[in-house]
Amino acid sequence: MPATFLLALTLNAGYNAALVAVGAALLGIAAGSAGAFLFLRKRALVSDAVAHATLPGIGIAFIVMVLLGGDGRNLFGLMVGSAVSAGLGLLLVDWISRRTRLAEDAAIGAVLSVFFGFGIVLLTVIQTMSRGQQAGLESFLLGSTAGMLMQDAVVVAAGGALAVAAVVLLRRPMTLVAFDPDFALASGIPVRRVDLAMMGLVMGVTVIGLKLVGLILIVAMLIIPAVTARFWTDRTDRVVLAAGALGGVAAYVGAALSASAPNLPTGPIIVVVAFAAFLVSLLFAPGRGVLASALRRRRFKLRVHRRQGLLALAHGEPILDQLTLAVLRREGLIREDGVATEEGRALAAKALRDERRWQVARTIYQDEAISGRYDVLTAIETVLTRDQIAAIDARIGGPALVAGGA
Amino acid sequence: MTMQSVELASEAGKVIRSDLAADAPLALRGMTVSYGQKPAVFSVDATFPSAAMSAIVGPNGAGKSTLLKAALGIVPRLSGQVTVFGAPLAEMRRRIAYVPQRASVDWDFPTRVRDVVAMGLYRELGLLGLMRPRHRAQVQVCLERVGMADFADRQIGQLSGGQQQRVFLARALAQGADLYLLDEPFAGVDAATEKAIIDVLKALKAEGRAVVCVHHDLATVAEYFDHVLLINVRKVAEGPVARVFNGANLQATYGGRLATAHIDQLKLPVA
Repeated sequence: MPATFLLALTLNAGYNAALVAVGAALLGIAAGSAGAFLFLRKRALVSDAVAHATLPGIGIAFIVMVLLGGDGRNLFGLMVGSAVSAGLGLLLVDWISRRTRLAEDAAIGAVLSVFFGFGIVLLTVIQTMSRGQQAGLESFLLGSTAGMLMQDAVVVAAGGALAVAAVVLLRRPMTLVAFDPDFALASGIPVRRVDLAMMGLVMGVTVIGLKLVGLILIVAMLIIPAVTARFWTDRTDRVVLAAGALGGVAAYVGAALSASAPNLPTGPIIVVVAFAAFLVSLLFAPGRGVLASALRRRRFKLRVHRRQGLLALAHGEPILDQLTLAVLRREGLIREDGVATEEGRALAAKALRDERRWQVARTIYQDEAISGRYDVLTAIETVLTRDQIAAIDARIGGPALVAGGA
Repeated sequence: MTMQSVELASEAGKVIRSDLAADAPLALRGMTVSYGQKPAVFSVDATFPSAAMSAIVGPNGAGKSTLLKAALGIVPRLSGQVTVFGAPLAEMRRRIAYVPQRASVDWDFPTRVRDVVAMGLYRELGLLGLMRPRHRAQVQVCLERVGMADFADRQIGQLSGGQQQRVFLARALAQGADLYLLDEPFAGVDAATEKAIIDVLKALKAEGRAVVCVHHDLATVAEYFDHVLLINVRKVAEGPVARVFNGANLQATYGGRLATAHIDQLKLPVA
C-alpha cells in the first residue's frame, strides 16, 4: 500500500486515480478559500444547510432525467438539480431569519433536516423504481470516485477554477462585509448582494464537490482549512491563501491515499487528512495553539508569583503561598527557612522602587501609550528611557540607584 | 410636535432657513425609524452645516445612533428623506465617511491596523485595483494623523480601546470624504485619545468639511461643538450650541433623568 500511495501521489497510479487527485486538489483550493470567507463572516453553519439541501435536488433531477428517457446518472444534470434545491434551501434560511423572530441557527436546523429528510424519502422511492436498482445515488452522501469519468473530472476542475476566480474577484468586498458590515454598507457596498454572492460561491463549491466528497463531508472541506489557517496568521489575505493551500493539499493527499487501496472512500479520507493538519495546528501553532497558550499562562503565573513575593519581601509581609515560596527559593531569593537572601533583598527593594516610579510616571504621562503599559509586571525600563527614569527618581528622592537594580 | 419645539423652530427661523440652502452636507426630513412596533426615532428634521462640528445629544435609548444609521441607510427608515449635499444619499456615498461604534465589530478578526485603514480606500481601489505605493503612503499619512503609525503592523485585537477608536478614525480619513459621521467616538477612550480625535476633527472642520458626532458627554458639548441636535425619540431642539444648548432644552430632552443640580454644574445660560 505505501508503494501505491507514492505512485498515486506522483500521479502514476493510473489514469483514473490521477484524474481524481487533480480534480480533488482544485476542489480543495476552491472550498478552502471560499470557506475562509464564510468562516470570517461567522456563518460557517450555513454551509451545512446548503449541503444537506442538495439531496432532494439530486433525487428530483434523477427522476426527471429518467422520465425524459435519458441517463439518470448524468453528473451535470444532477449538479443542476442539487444547485436548484440548495438555492431554495438558502433562500428559505434567509427568509426565515429575516422575516420571523427565529435566529439563523434555528432556521438552518429546520431547513437542513427537512430538506435532508425529503431527499432520503426521494432516494428510497428511486430505489423502488424499476431503473433505480443501479442508480447509486447514495454515493452522493459520502462521495465516491469509483467510475468517475473524464467528463466528470473536467466539470469538477472547471467549477473549481471558476470558484477560485470568483474568490479573487470578490475578496475585497467580502473582507469588508465580514469585518464590518455597517461600514461596508455606508461605503456603498451592497452588503446583501455580497452575502448572497458568498452563499452562492459556497453553494457552487458544494455542488461540484458532491460527487467527490459527498454532501455530508463537503462542510468539513469548507470549514476545517479556514479554522486551521487561523491558528497560524493574523492577516485576512493569509488566512484565505493558507486555507486554499491547505484545502488543496489535504484533498490531493486524501485522494492519493484513497487510491492506494481498494474500497477506501475518498471524502472521509480527505477529511481525515485535513483534520490531522487541524489537530497539529490546534496543539502546536505558535501564538494561538493550545500548547503555546498553556506555556504562556504558566510563564505569566510564575512572573506574577515572583513579583508578589518580591513586593511582600520589600514590605516585610509573610509569604504563605506555596508556589510563591517555591519560585523565590528556586531563584535563590530566599533561604529554605523563608528569610530573604542578599540578592532577594536587593531585588525586592528594586521592585518596590519600580512601583513608586510607575506611580509617578502615570501622573506625568497622560498618554496611555505609556501609562497604559502599567500592569505591575512590565519593567519600567522597557517603557521609559534612562533620562525619563532619572527625572522620576529625582522626584521620588532618595538614592538614584538601588543596590542590585537598574 | 410640542408647543415648545414649534416655538424654538420659529425662533431659530433665520438660521434654519440659511441652513436649508439646498446643498447642506446632511439634511434629514421627517425621519421615523422603528424596531418592531415602537418608534425609536419619530419624525425628526435636522440640517447639519458644513465647516462645523455638530453633536447629536440625548439620553440612552433616545435614538441617537439609530438616527445616524438610518441617515446612512444601515437601518431601514419607516418614513423620511435624506439628502446629502443636496442630492439623494445613494448618489453621494462617495462624499461620506462613517465611524461606527467600536463595539460593533469583532476585534479578534485576523487583520492588521494598516489593513483596516486600507479598507477606507475601497471606493478608490474597487474590486481589482492594486495597492500602489501612493495608496500605502496614504494609509501611512492617515495613521500618522491619529498618532497610530507605530502600530501599523499590530493585529487589531492587541490595541487598547482608545487606539482602536483611532484606527477607525484613520479608516474614515482614508475615505477622503466631505461629511464625517461618527457614532460615539469618545465613548470609553482615554484622555489622550479624546484629545487626538478632537484635534483631527477640528482640522477637518477647518478644511470646510462637516463633522457630525453622536455624543453622550454633556460636559464637553459646549467646548467641542458648534451645532447641536437634542433628541429623545422626537427632536427637542436644534441649532447653534450657544443658543440651543441650555438648561430648559436639556430638561426637556432628559426629563427627570437629569437632575437640576447636574445642569447647574454644566454652567449653562438658563433660558
